Amino acid sequence: MTENAIIELRKVGKWYNSYHALRDVSLTIGKGEKVVVCGPSGSGKSTMIRCINRLEAHQTGHIIVDGTELTDDVKSVEKIRRKVGMVFQNFNLFPHLTVLQNLTLAPIWVRGMAKSEIEEIAMMYLKRVRIPDQAHKFPGQLSGGQQQRVAIARALCMRPEIMLFDEPTSALDPEMVKEVLDVMIELAGEGMTMVCVTHEMGFARQVADSIVFMAEGSIIESGSPADFFENPKSERTRQFLGQILEH
Amino acid sequence: MSKDTPTTPSTLPAAGWAASYEEEPSQASAPPQPNGVTALKPFGWAKDNLFNTPLNTALSVACLAILWFAVPPIVGWVLLNASWSGSSEACREAAGACWSIIVVKHRLIFFGTYPYDEQWRPFLACALFVAMLGVSGVRALWRPWLAGAWALVLGAMGVLMWGGVFGLTYVANDKWGGLPITLMLSVFSITLAFPLSILLALGRQSSLPAIRSFCIGFIELMRGVPLVSVLFMASVMFPLFLPEGVTVDKLLRALAGLTLFTAAYLAEAVRGGLQAIPRGQYEAADALGLSYWQKTALIILPQALRIVIPPIVNQFISCFKDTSLVTIVGLYDLLTAATVATTDPEWRPYFAEVYVFAGLMFWIFCFSMSRYSQWLERLANRYTRR
Repeated sequence: MTENAIIELRKVGKWYNSYHALRDVSLTIGKGEKVVVCGPSGSGKSTMIRCINRLEAHQTGHIIVDGTELTDDVKSVEKIRRKVGMVFQNFNLFPHLTVLQNLTLAPIWVRGMAKSEIEEIAMMYLKRVRIPDQAHKFPGQLSGGQQQRVAIARALCMRPEIMLFDEPTSALDPEMVKEVLDVMIELAGEGMTMVCVTHEMGFARQVADSIVFMAEGSIIESGSPADFFENPKSERTRQFLGQILEH
Repeated sequence: MSKDTPTTPSTLPAAGWAASYEEEPSQASAPPQPNGVTALKPFGWAKDNLFNTPLNTALSVACLAILWFAVPPIVGWVLLNASWSGSSEACREAAGACWSIIVVKHRLIFFGTYPYDEQWRPFLACALFVAMLGVSGVRALWRPWLAGAWALVLGAMGVLMWGGVFGLTYVANDKWGGLPITLMLSVFSITLAFPLSILLALGRQSSLPAIRSFCIGFIELMRGVPLVSVLFMASVMFPLFLPEGVTVDKLLRALAGLTLFTAAYLAEAVRGGLQAIPRGQYEAADALGLSYWQKTALIILPQALRIVIPPIVNQFISCFKDTSLVTIVGLYDLLTAATVATTDPEWRPYFAEVYVFAGLMFWIFCFSMSRYSQWLERLANRYTRR
């Protein structure tokens, strides 16, 4: 797996002032692999994936994405952000732009694509997330589930090699979770490399190649869904699974 | 007489109230009035809203009394007893306002010391300018050619004001005065201050310490000093630092002072808008790989500026009125020209009329800006609900 590794974290450490958010996190993710990251809140799982596209800067250790190491150098950051798409908990669509403009803005300005060309591609992605008829509406006119699907389509329009999902269904009403997960499952089936922070254990079982469990800024254990759910190695994992699976 | 007093004023609000009744049918089903006949509604309304408690009754009576004593004399002075034309003698006999002074002195008020026979030139320049401002406000005309049209109009204004070409006599700009000075100073300083204020607001949030400190220092310095002293510095101190033989025009120096001062205030309004943008918007733009300037110009500013239209227009209006302070550096704006008009011994008693008129001129422009900003706000927020 290490040979075609696309994301590599080596002993990554991060502090917020005196708070130790990430403690020597090491993780290797192969091309096309789907990784689900779970853990209690405050465990550092969001911080970790936000370090992968440098929304947060790590302070010690190394992060290498597709052969480029993330450093303070703006060039390396730009290079990696073009390859990494991200979907946020709160969608973060641009409210002053239509759905279609949300999708085409970055390809036009960052990739220098022609407007007509990218609009065609954008419509294709909107069809895939099943909301082509909303193309000319503004985000505020859509439901939460629709907004999150637009956000996924927006990230895909940049043709990323890696998709990061930061609790994509946590801010949704329960009846909208499925429509977003369906889109993500479909995407997984197409061979996209995905790193997903989520509490949707059903999704994890169905899609993940490996599950990473974090607590207090460290990776406690990681493994295949079968091992993780049936034979958790650490007491902390059993405790966590007990809490989220039993209610 | 005393019987009429409550009816006359109370019909006015009642009429407005009846109109709003029709627009909002939900309120139309309010509790039925005891004497629910249409003709009696004003009385019923006044009884329910103006005279329903002892305190309200007392306040209503007091307000009516004030209106009763204040309105007739004002109307009498402004309209009924006013003298509209003729000499200053006619004014002395009239009990009301002497509007003749405006008729006689209007060219001095509007154009100051600009050569009398050439005053059609500043008139035409102002008319062009105002027309162009009007055209620029129309959404459908926000096209690239508008910039070209502006270049043409500004060129034409320069030719008209300065002259010296096409057979027009040359008029140095220390002879300019009145409305052209007020309009040009305010519009140019607003136009220049706005982009500058955006840079200052962005700079104040910069992560580079040198830029941040400079912007904070500039804004706090400008905000901490009266405009009069900024103008004075620009006009008196600044030339001392220039090398021998180099002079910068007085009008230009005043414009620079006004621009920098306005920019500092505007920058704080813009910063308010920047702070209202959620962090997620910055993160989403970053994650998509947009550069700092792309993120700022395409995502952050379009949202931030919409939020701060009211305080920005507030500053624009304030700047427009602040132009009247350039008098201290010897420029003849509209208000100064009006003051000069009152120094004629023959017309000296009628300064109040001149100031009322000058005030009206300022009010027309400021009120137009205010109405325009309300329209702009509605346009900007039409589709964006959060």
